[in-house]
Order: sequence, then C-alpha cells, then structure tokens
Amino acid sequence: MKRKAFLIDTTRCTACRSCQVACKQWNKLDAEATVNRGSYENPPDLTPLLYNQIHFIEQEQGDDLRWLFINRRCMHCADAGCVKVCPSAGALYHTKEGLVAYNREKCIECHYCVSGCPFDVPRYDAKQKVTKCHACSDRVQNGLLPACAKACPTQALSFGDRDQLIAEAKAAGKKLYGENDLGGLGVLYVLDDEPGTYRLPKNPAIPASIFFWKDVVKPLGILGFWGAVGVAALHYVTIGPKKLDDADDQPRKGGE
Amino acid sequence: MTNHWIDIRNSDVVLVMGSNAAENHPISFHYVLEAKEHGAKILSVDPRFTRTSARADIYAPLRSGTDIAFLGGMINYILNNDLYHKEYLQLHTNATFLVDPRFRMPGDLDGLFSGYNTAKRSYDKSTWDFQRDADGVPKSDPSLQDPNCVFQLLKKHFSRYTPEVVSGITGTPVKKLEEIYRTYGASGKPGKAATIMYAMGWTQHTVGTQNIRTMAIIQLLLGNIGVAGGGVNALRGESNVQGSTDHCLLFHILPGYLPTPKASLKDLTTYIKKTTPTTNDPQSANWWGNRGKYITSLLRAHFDTGLGAADEFGYQLLPKLDDGQNASWLMLFDKMIRDQVKGFFAWGQNPACSGSNANKVREALSRLDWMVAVNLFDNETASFWKGPGMDPAKIDTEVFFLPVAASFEKEGSITNSGRWAQWRYRAVKPLGDSRPDSEIMTELQYRVAKRYRDEGGAFPDPILKLSWNYGFRMPDGRLQELDIHAVAKEINGYFLTDKVVKGKAFRKGDLVPSFAYLQDDGSTSSGNWLYCQSYNGHGNNMARRSHKDPSGIGLYPEWAWCWPVNRRILYNRASVNADGVPWNSQRPVIWWTGSGWKGDVPDGGWKPLSQPGTRKSFIMLPDGVASIFGAKMKEGPFPEHYEPLESPIKNNPLSGTRTNPAMKLFYEGAEKLPEDVYYSNDKRYPFVATTYRVTEHWQTGVMSRNTPWLLEMQPQLFVEMSPELAADRAIGHGDMVKVSSGRGSVEAVAIVTRRFRPFKIEGATIHQVGLPWCFGWETKNAGDSANLLTPTAGDANTMIPETKAFMVNVEKLS
Amino acid sequence: MQLNRRGFLKFSGGAVAGSVLGIGLKAAEAEAQPLAIQYARETTTICPYCAVGCGLIVHSRGGEVINTEGDPDHPINRGTLCSKGASIYQLRHNDKRVTEPMYRAKGSNQWQKVSWDWALEQIAERIKTTRDATFMEKNSKGQVVNRTDAIASVGSAALDNEECYLLQKLLRSWGLVYIEHQARI
Repeated sequence: MKRKAFLIDTTRCTACRSCQVACKQWNKLDAEATVNRGSYENPPDLTPLLYNQIHFIEQEQGDDLRWLFINRRCMHCADAGCVKVCPSAGALYHTKEGLVAYNREKCIECHYCVSGCPFDVPRYDAKQKVTKCHACSDRVQNGLLPACAKACPTQALSFGDRDQLIAEAKAAGKKLYGENDLGGLGVLYVLDDEPGTYRLPKNPAIPASIFFWKDVVKPLGILGFWGAVGVAALHYVTIGPKKLDDADDQPRKGGE
Repeated sequence: MTNHWIDIRNSDVVLVMGSNAAENHPISFHYVLEAKEHGAKILSVDPRFTRTSARADIYAPLRSGTDIAFLGGMINYILNNDLYHKEYLQLHTNATFLVDPRFRMPGDLDGLFSGYNTAKRSYDKSTWDFQRDADGVPKSDPSLQDPNCVFQLLKKHFSRYTPEVVSGITGTPVKKLEEIYRTYGASGKPGKAATIMYAMGWTQHTVGTQNIRTMAIIQLLLGNIGVAGGGVNALRGESNVQGSTDHCLLFHILPGYLPTPKASLKDLTTYIKKTTPTTNDPQSANWWGNRGKYITSLLRAHFDTGLGAADEFGYQLLPKLDDGQNASWLMLFDKMIRDQVKGFFAWGQNPACSGSNANKVREALSRLDWMVAVNLFDNETASFWKGPGMDPAKIDTEVFFLPVAASFEKEGSITNSGRWAQWRYRAVKPLGDSRPDSEIMTELQYRVAKRYRDEGGAFPDPILKLSWNYGFRMPDGRLQELDIHAVAKEINGYFLTDKVVKGKAFRKGDLVPSFAYLQDDGSTSSGNWLYCQSYNGHGNNMARRSHKDPSGIGLYPEWAWCWPVNRRILYNRASVNADGVPWNSQRPVIWWTGSGWKGDVPDGGWKPLSQPGTRKSFIMLPDGVASIFGAKMKEGPFPEHYEPLESPIKNNPLSGTRTNPAMKLFYEGAEKLPEDVYYSNDKRYPFVATTYRVTEHWQTGVMSRNTPWLLEMQPQLFVEMSPELAADRAIGHGDMVKVSSGRGSVEAVAIVTRRFRPFKIEGATIHQVGLPWCFGWETKNAGDSANLLTPTAGDANTMIPETKAFMVNVEKLS
Repeated sequence: MQLNRRGFLKFSGGAVAGSVLGIGLKAAEAEAQPLAIQYARETTTICPYCAVGCGLIVHSRGGEVINTEGDPDHPINRGTLCSKGASIYQLRHNDKRVTEPMYRAKGSNQWQKVSWDWALEQIAERIKTTRDATFMEKNSKGQVVNRTDAIASVGSAALDNEECYLLQKLLRSWGLVYIEHQARI
C-alpha cells in the first residue's frame, strides 16, 4: 500500500469551506453555537466537532492586499507525536495508507496526544475520547476520497498517493511545505508565503522529550517496573511549556 | 447566461464585476481557475476585496453605483486604442446604422438625451430611431465613418468618460482603471474571448439595466458574444430562478416571455397584431414573428381544448392589466401598505427580509386580511405579527402556514443559470406531513373550482375552464395523484389533432418535437414554447445523463436539456465570419461545412451571411443584429452615468442630471409615504452602503440559518468597514455597532478590514460599508435583515430595487 | 472509572501502568471498517441553493436520508460541492422543519397546528370571498379586464419548473395580476 496524503494548494482555495461542512456531514458532527468575533473564521479553533477548518489571513503588500486561506487539520505525520506518545496501543495508529487514525474504544482519555502534537490538533469530546481528522479512513479503505477532498470545488484540497502528489506539484514548479518534516507530513501544502504567515511552524518538531518517552521509556514500560517513572517523565514533558515555532507571533490583521 | 458554467474555462479574460462568484457561485471557480491555469487573466472589480478578489490577477475597487462610469471608460479606451473587432461590428451589430440626425446626447443636453419630458419623467423617443430607406430598412455605413452612424455616436458619447473623469466618480485609481481596460480590451483580437460574470451587483441599481447594457456594448465591440469563453453571463442566485423567470411568475409576462394581456389588447387577434414585432428587412429572421403560434399554443395548454377559434382559445379568460399598470414588486407592497391588497401568498419566499425597505414590507403585511405562507421553515414573513415592534393583538391578518417537501422529497426539473433544465428524482417521502408544492396547488385548484361550480360567483369561467389533467380523476373530480411528468409534457406541448407539419405526419396526442412545429390554428398546445423539445418523442430530455462532448469545448449536448432547442451558446452564429468560419479555430462553437452547420445547435440554421438566402445572426431582434444603439431602454439608447437615488455627492460629476431621469420616484407628491424617505448628500447618513451575500448563507437565510452547519460558520450579522472609518467613529474590531438609514436600523458586529478602503471622490474622502442580507430576527442572536436599511427605488426599466447603493450612518453601541 | 488526565496520573502512580503500556507497541493495523453508505439507495438530485445546478447523490436507507454528497458523474461539479451544497443533509434532519400546517388567527400571539383539510378549505374560502368581493370585470375606462388587484402572490424561484408553470396558471385563472417573485428583486 502506497502512502496516501493530502495536498493543500492554498493558491487555489476560495475559502468556500465545503471541506468543513462535508467533513461534518460524513462524520455526523453536530454544529456548535458560535458568535461573530469580527471574522469570517468560525468556529474559532478545531474542536471535538470540527476536524478541519479554514483560516482567513489578511496581509497587506504595499498598496495591494492579499487574503490568504488555508485549511488546517491533522497533518498525518509519519513521525507522529501523538502516536508516539499514546500509551494505549491501537488507540492512535497509522493506517495501511500511512494516515493517523484512532480507535476510540482503546482511548484511555489520557490527553497525552494533545501535548505530543506539534500542531495542536487532537481534541477530546464530551465522552473524553480523542477526536481529530482521520482522513475519513472508512472512506479511504473503501476506495473513496475523504469527504473534504471530494467536495473541494477548486482542487485546493487533493488526496492521493503521496509520491505522486509530490512529483506532480514539483513538476508544476510548486514549492512544498511538509515534504520532509516529521518523517514527511501526510498533509503537504503549497504556500504563497512563509509558513509563519499561514500560522504554520517553520520547522515542526516533536518536543525532544517525546523521543525519550517513545524510544526509551515506553519500551521499558513492558516491564511495568518503569511505567510510573515513564509517566512521570511524560508528565513533565506534557505539562511543560510546549513550544511551537513562532507561528502565533505573526501579527493578526484586522478583519481576518 | 448566454453561455454556461463550463464554458468559463474557454475564456482568455474573466471579469467578475457586479458579482462575487467565488463566494456566491463557488463551483464556478473551478472553471475560472481552469481558465487561469491556461493563461487567462482574472479581474475582480468590487467595492470590497472579496474571496473572488483573493484569487484574481487584478483587483480594482469602485464606489457602489458607479459601474456605468467604470465601463464607459472602458468603451472609451477600446475605441481610442482601436481594440475593437471591426469585422464583427460590421456583420453582427447595428454599429453601422445611421441614426436620425436630430438625435442628441447627454454631452449636449446636460445629461439628457433628446426628447425628455420633465413632467412625465419619460422620453419621447421619436429621434431615437434609424434613418431608413424606401423599404423601411435601416440605412448603414459599413465604413463606420458617417458622423450619424451608431459607432461614431458611441465614440462621441463615451469620449467624455476619460480615465481621470471616471476615477473622480468611481474612486478607482487611474492606474488600476487602465490596467483593467488594457487587459480586458486585449480580447478584441479575433480568436480571443473574454467573459463577464455579473449578478445582483449590477441589477440592483436604479440604472441596473444600463449597467448590463454597457457591458453588452463592450462585449459586442470586442466580438465576444456568441463565442466560446465569451458572452454576457448573469450568475443567477436561486436554483430555479431561471426556470421561474422562463415560466413567468412575473406580472408583465406569460410563460416563454410573451407579454401579459392588457386592456387595449381586447382580443386575441389584436394581441397578436400589436405584440408581434415586424421587420422590412428580408434578411432578418425576426423570430418573434412567431408570437401568434406561441400564444395560441399557450392558451391551448391552459384552458379546456373544447374552446375553439371562435372562443379565441380562451384568451378572454386571462386577466388583463390596465395599459400602463405596473404590478411589479415595489408597486405590489406599495399597494398593500395602502390597504388595497386583502389576500396574499408568500409561496417559497420571505419578503419581510428580501424586500427592499423591509420595514415597509412588514408594515404592509399587517394590513392584509389573510396570508398564505408556504415554506419549509417558519420565517420572518409567516411570523411577521410577532416580529420586532409588532403587537400581535393589534394585527388582524390571518396567516396559514403550509409546510412543503424539500427538493429531494419530490420530483421535477429545475433550470440552472446556463439554461440547462435538469431533472431531479424523489429520494425519500416528504418529511412528516409536509407536501410537495404541486400537490398543494392541485388541492387549491380543486377546492376553489368546486366552490365556483357549486355556488357560482364572479366570472367563474377561467376557473372552471382551466385544464388540470395531470392524473387519474376520481368520481368526485379530485386527482388521485398529480403526475408531474404530465405537467412536464404539457409544458412541452402536444398535437391536439392529426396534422402534417414540415412534411411530417403527427397524430393527435403526439408530443411536439420542438417549437418550430407549433401552430397558430389551435392544432398544437405548448405551455411554454421555449421548453418545447424538453419532453418529446425521445422521452424526458431533461433527465439525460450522457457525457459525450464531441465539441471538446464542454457543451455536453446530451446532458440534460437546454433552452432553446438545446442550444448551449446563444447567438453562436456571431462566432463565425461571413463565410461561416469560426473566429477561433481552436475553440469553434459552430462551423459551416459547405452544406450545413456542425457543432452546437446554430442560432438560426440559415446559410452563412455571405450566401444568398441567409438570415442575420441575431434572430430575436427585428433588425437581425445586436443593438449597440438600444432605443428600447427607458433612459436612453446609450448608457449614461447617473448617481444612485441616495448618493454621497451633491452633483453628478458628468452633468447636471443627478439621478436616472426616467426612474419612478416614490417619495414625491401629495401621496408620498414617510416609509419611502431618502437622504442624499446628507450629513446624517454620510457613508455609502451596499448589501451582499456570503458563501455560507442563501438569500434571506431561511434555508441556511436553519441549517446549523451553515449558521455555525456565519452566525451573525456583520458590517465591514475600513480601519480609517472605524478609527473615525472609535469603533473597534468586533464591536457591536448600529447601522442606520433613513428607513431603519440594524445592529451588527464590526469587521474592521483593509478589504474596504476609503474612496477619493471628486477630491473628498468617501467611506463605504457593506452588510450581508441573509439574517433575520427569527434566528436567535443573529441580527436582522440588512434590507431594513435599503430604499424604495427601482430600476427605470425593470423596477428591480436599488439595494446595492444607499446611504447610512454607523455608530458604536455602548 | 473516569480517566481524565488527572485521574490517569493518579492511576499510574499505583504502578499498575504496565497493564496499560505492556501490550504491542507497533502501530495497529486497522480492521476493515464497513462503509456507512454501502447498499444504500442512491438517488440523483440537483442542489436547491444557487443556480450553478450541481448534481448530488442522496443516499437513503429505510426511507431516510443517511448521506448526501456530490454526484461524480455530473459534468459541472464532478462530485464537488460548496459548503451550502454539502449541507443539504440538514434540510432533512432538522427539527426546525415545519411538518404540519399551522394557523394564526386574527389578534392571536401564537401558531396553532391545524389539519391540511381544514387549512386548504379555509384558504379556498378566503380566495373565493376576496375574489368575488373585488373582481373587476371592467376598468374605469370600461375596458374588459377580468381581474382582481386585491390578491397578490410572490414566489418562487425555489419551485420546480412544473410547479412554477402550475402556479402561474392557477393564479392567473383566479384573475391575479400582482404576481411576482425573486427574479424582480
């Protein structure tokens, strides 16, 4: 099975947000009460009922203005912090297609994945189970496109074999974000500016301590003996300041 | 649309102006971006930087209500720089025609054309005519040099629209104007095509029709009508607004755009004689010459076929307007608020939010005796009696709410903007006890008719002789079940007697193959001649699903069905030269093989223009050519810039005629109503305002505010304004503000954004704001309709209200 | 036992963590998940929102809509949709849909549910009474006009073609001339 991925070409996005709704429709996610905060962007952040969202970013360039749109969601990292950190085997996992899916029955409600994610993606729902974009793994397994990618009218969102998406984008002279980060992201972006402008970390990384957890503590956990120590170490990692790249320091322009 | 959605991909330049396609017709952007990928330039002209502008190559701002100035400047640029397609003009337009030498234009008459009558606010059009030869055919000068020819008059008229003058009116920087003009004008080269995507941003003005005419003139100058990737394309906003217009749920037309009878058209013969256009030009097809066949076939579909020629096939059963009576939207509610309307149907519409000057509409509803509201959801119209400021105890209007099936809970066809009639099937039964609209109509037809049959009453004939044969009739006269296919077939039409037409023998009961077979002797029926061919001997053509595209330009001729006669691009005979050779060999629409046409269904099957026996290419017009000079318009044969009814400036920079001289003024005379007040150049309402839609909502929001996924994304009324205006009024981003006009006010969240910028108009700084009109008080915490602000003013030709340019004040709410 | 983050830390403190951590550390292979729309009935329709005319597939099972998505065979939208088109599932699964006729009496401050038969009969009665009282056979000039100006109708671009045709036919048979709809505004 070839690794699958999304390619999000921000230069084609019109922010129609069919991705947001198509996702909710397929995954049967209820709407939430929102208010207008002086922005088209709503809901304001990913929630247990919102697996992907469009950011609206205004940017002045001399006399001209740019209005940038970007779809934000789980990045389906190869080297996925959430999978690494998850103490419950099979709760968060890579599918055959290389996408990060989850089994809610196995989720033990620890929230560690939240801290293990450099993109602030996993959310916990009312039942305290993990939720996030799972790339419509049920659809993909059955040969269908994820609901969002199928709905996208302008091919801003495409889904397919990762190698092929990369090759085609490069052939078209497009610069990619996420090709090699974290073992290669499962969501690749074509951007029209620096990643920070799009609220993306320039060099996304899992906090170093997570490696310690994954590669040292977690295997030892088999022995049971180290378990509690491991969790304590993880506690430090997860409660400690999580440092994303300075994406959020970008000045947010009015009316975004 | 003269063309269709897929065809946008064939364009070399796409101008999105008077619409916001990326937001309101998102799927169209698939084709806009496909064109862009092939090298097309995308231009966005809008008072506000939109999601369309975000994907455009060039964005240019303009003040709301100044489109004619903007486009007039483009006409001037095209003519000054010889960018026009001369051969096209000579073959397909009236550019060569010679106009009456007495004709005068606004440059000479301070903003007016010759023949204006100030008291009547209308024109005597006698000088707006062509010089004609002894046979009555317009004289012409193919060299385009005669000073009285349309081309030279056009040049003279628009020479006043210099970039500097235009910029002073529109507020668009001169550099941007020239960039847009140069880019768009490049499509005048034979083989190049540019398209215009417009919508209510052009129609909802007191000069709406002329906005579109200005663009039509540009398209003709550049040879962009009839070709692939060209045309004049109205992006229609509701799923079946094209079909509802074709079937004429409008006061002035019957299905197929036949004029409604009026008092002076006392019988069918007079109707046909007076409403059928004539021509003396043997080369003009003058297709409307078939009027008699179409009205007769319509009457045959409407009324008992036992009525014969002596009964005028039932012509007298149709209601007649008084001559000059205007029963359009604004007049309807004006009459209602004056207590002259007793009963009212709001059938799938929410005028309490969609009507301009919504407070007037809401007040008018309270004057009714009874109202029937037919909808999926409760709404501000049905429940007006409990709306803001209403005291239910004092409102005597009885209201009946009838719940209906959703689109996928019934079967039938709808017609998209590209004129494709597409069939929909029933997926599930109507929800709960809701019913399909057609079933409700059938019930009302039966119950009203039964009362007239049993009790008698005023002129029962039209009710009792109406044909309603759409299924098995039970002993009590009720339809057991309405068969929607029977309706679709009646719209197409039948042969009512055995008949030989064009050498083909038809039997009584045969479906008519296409409108070319319709008759004026009563032997055929057709509920709407334009849809004749939609459901014929081949079956339900609207349900076709073939992907064949032999054209390669995306015509998909066997997908669904398109009026007229499945012609996918209108006026396509203008896509070829006099020998029938396409201007663009890469994207030909039709071409002459020497013995016939290939490609799309030709717009008139006659031989190419260079051959004997030909007919000219614009077959619906009596002169056979497209009208650059359009004498049918109320306010002049050429467009001229006039300010909106409510405008921020004191004078029209172009002339002493400030507003459209031919529009109806409501707030005038002894009978004026306070509801219709307006304030122009008034310090109390200093800011230009406009209304629009957003991707996430639809029209007044009844079908989107009630769908939680959509409301989640756009939960609340907002007003967008520039940081400069916000600073001036101490308004912060996200603050609640009050937006008020002379007629009402709304509370909205401030979105402070660079996407609006102050305009420099005649040296002064003018601010503009904008609000969506999709909200209403029935949705909790969402705010109310922006139409509470808009004025009672209408386009001079169509009476479409001016909701796109008016004046407001904005204040921060403490 | 509720295992929130805090609870878990406490829980692991009891050194029972091994039972949680001690099983397979490799990424789990997904079990094949059944597709919700498998064997569902598919009906094609056209989107009821704007006039682009996009095709949709409605999946239904047991007479109920279970999914809606773009029709991949439709030449205009090729399976794609905008946010409105993607939402039509909620036109069906929607507790705000009115499913029974309602009536608001003069001066009343509320709706009451009524039967179809009653509502239609009442409306027919109002139409006839108003029409008979206001019918104009001739205008002030003495010309035959056969109309009533006292009943008006607006709508609708949301109706099917066949319904638009039927509605104008019906309204005109009653003598209405104040017939307008969305196309005017």
